[in-house]
Amino acid sequence: MVIFVISRLLQAVPVLLVVGFIAFAMFAYVGNPVTMMLGQDFTEAQRAALVAQLGLDQPFFVQYAKFLWAALHGEFGVSYRLARPVTELIAERLPATLELAFTASAIALLIGVPMGVYTGIYRNSPLARAFMLFSLAGVSLPTFLIGILLILVFSVLLGWLPSFGRGDVVALGSWWTTGFLTASGLKALILPSVTLGLFQMTLIMRLVRAEMLEVLRSDYIKFARARGLTNRAVNFGHALKNTLVPVITIVGLQLGGLVAFAIVTETVFQWPGMGLLFVQSVSSADIPVMSAYLQLVALLFVGINLMVDLLYYAVDPRLRAGVRR
Amino acid sequence: MTALRAAWNSDVAWSFRHAPMAMLSAFVVLVCILGAFLSPWLAPQDPFDLAGLSLMDSLRPPVFMDDGEWTYPLGTDNQGRDVLSAIMYGTRISLVVGVSAVAFAFVLGMVLGMVAGYAGGATDAVLMRIADVQLTFPAILIALLVQGVVVAALPQEAQEDFQLLVLVFAIGISNWPQFARTVRGSTLVERGKDYVMAARVIGIPAWRILLSHILPNVLGPVLVIATLNLGFAIITEATLSFLGVGLPPTRPSLGTLIRVGNNFLFSGEWWMTIFPGLMLALMVLSINLLGDWLRDALNPRLR
Repeated sequence: MVIFVISRLLQAVPVLLVVGFIAFAMFAYVGNPVTMMLGQDFTEAQRAALVAQLGLDQPFFVQYAKFLWAALHGEFGVSYRLARPVTELIAERLPATLELAFTASAIALLIGVPMGVYTGIYRNSPLARAFMLFSLAGVSLPTFLIGILLILVFSVLLGWLPSFGRGDVVALGSWWTTGFLTASGLKALILPSVTLGLFQMTLIMRLVRAEMLEVLRSDYIKFARARGLTNRAVNFGHALKNTLVPVITIVGLQLGGLVAFAIVTETVFQWPGMGLLFVQSVSSADIPVMSAYLQLVALLFVGINLMVDLLYYAVDPRLRAGVRR
Repeated sequence: MTALRAAWNSDVAWSFRHAPMAMLSAFVVLVCILGAFLSPWLAPQDPFDLAGLSLMDSLRPPVFMDDGEWTYPLGTDNQGRDVLSAIMYGTRISLVVGVSAVAFAFVLGMVLGMVAGYAGGATDAVLMRIADVQLTFPAILIALLVQGVVVAALPQEAQEDFQLLVLVFAIGISNWPQFARTVRGSTLVERGKDYVMAARVIGIPAWRILLSHILPNVLGPVLVIATLNLGFAIITEATLSFLGVGLPPTRPSLGTLIRVGNNFLFSGEWWMTIFPGLMLALMVLSINLLGDWLRDALNPRLR
């Protein structure tokens, strides 16, 4: 177990180093901070002094090491566009994105799994066919288009739900703000999280359906029926339980996808999260923010992959037996 | 004529004639392509000819609504542009960017995949490691990042001219690992075969072996991936343009049209957004269905 975790961690290190290198190279080769900071008039001595002060005269790898050291301590420089420390900007936006991603996953699981079970059990019923058709649309429509359609129906035509922002937020502790505690915050959360969760939902539904079809054919289900167990016990107690291992893996891996698609969803709904910050920094070439976002996302992905591996290990006893042998 | 008959009787054509879904999507894709590339002749109006626009005709609804006119079947935008014509020109740009991006990813992936598979050793390890790292991240994120960095690195005045190329480059770069991995796999298989051995024995240089002996034998599977990737590339382009980092409103793709139209959604002019959106969805859905069919038709195990 310990060896497994350590080998996984060792695999993650080169990935993070490579991403760190790319992030550093963006700083080193795109734009020139010295001319930006000096302004119009300067002497050669002033320029040299600033270069020495910023450490730009040092060898490439010394600069790279310093950069990594600063990143490890959570220092990512100052945003060109907003003139504020990047760490502060991201910390401010992080709760919004995490709450959105969390709600989206919850919706995807709570609706996707029952839909998958239903279409797996009654696969020829008209309702199951309708679900499958719906999932085809969910897979092929681009995220932003789904968001726009939802806004058109629920905000513009019906006027039930707000179409942008987070509503009223409540501060918890020194930096976490939550929209879960106010009515307007919860209402504002509905459309973005449905948009973000829809793709995952259809994915989970199709996966659970395929697994259910597979499992329901197996012998132990026949035995369970022969023992006279109720349909509910067979379908949920025996069949569903065994479909969950691949579902956990996919849901875990897709969490990273959620962060990426949150960029699109946050832009459609003007949701004040990290994704919106990133898009704004891309269009105004704000390198420090882009570089910090890249490193943070890399860390998140590596962490999620590690957690999925561990979870797999905990859920599937065969893996544990294999290691001990 | 005999060649045509042979093509008509081939397995793939047979499977095509017995798949109504594939025929329908092929028809839709064909209509999209014709409509897009013949737009200078077919479109009712030239949306880029400022002299032909009239602000008097701006924000007209589609023909089936109360104020609609047959001159503008799908309505007009805020500058009096015919939405149908804008969609036709936009589809052309979307298709050009999508196809070029896939072609770029295809060539890059082919070359790197064949080199990795044929050379083996450290070259292989490094290339595939890079591909692995890149596959950990969603393609849209990489495309956004590449787009941002390249635009930042270009001088201000060059940005307009290179916008299209940068977009193709960004989407292509974010897609190459899929091609490279497939090609590397088939190259590894081909490398061990006798004809490659024979070619090496008689002293043909490595690049010629790759180009004229291995290339034709590894082409099949990647062509299917290319079709499946086209829909994805079109969506990526639309998403980038929608996010405002793709094509500018002066040369709108479908994504740009949706973004511009989105600003008018609240004042009730829904047709500026919804029609380009439907066009995008219809086109991508048809391309994906066609790709799925091609994958199944070319796979002998599924027959």
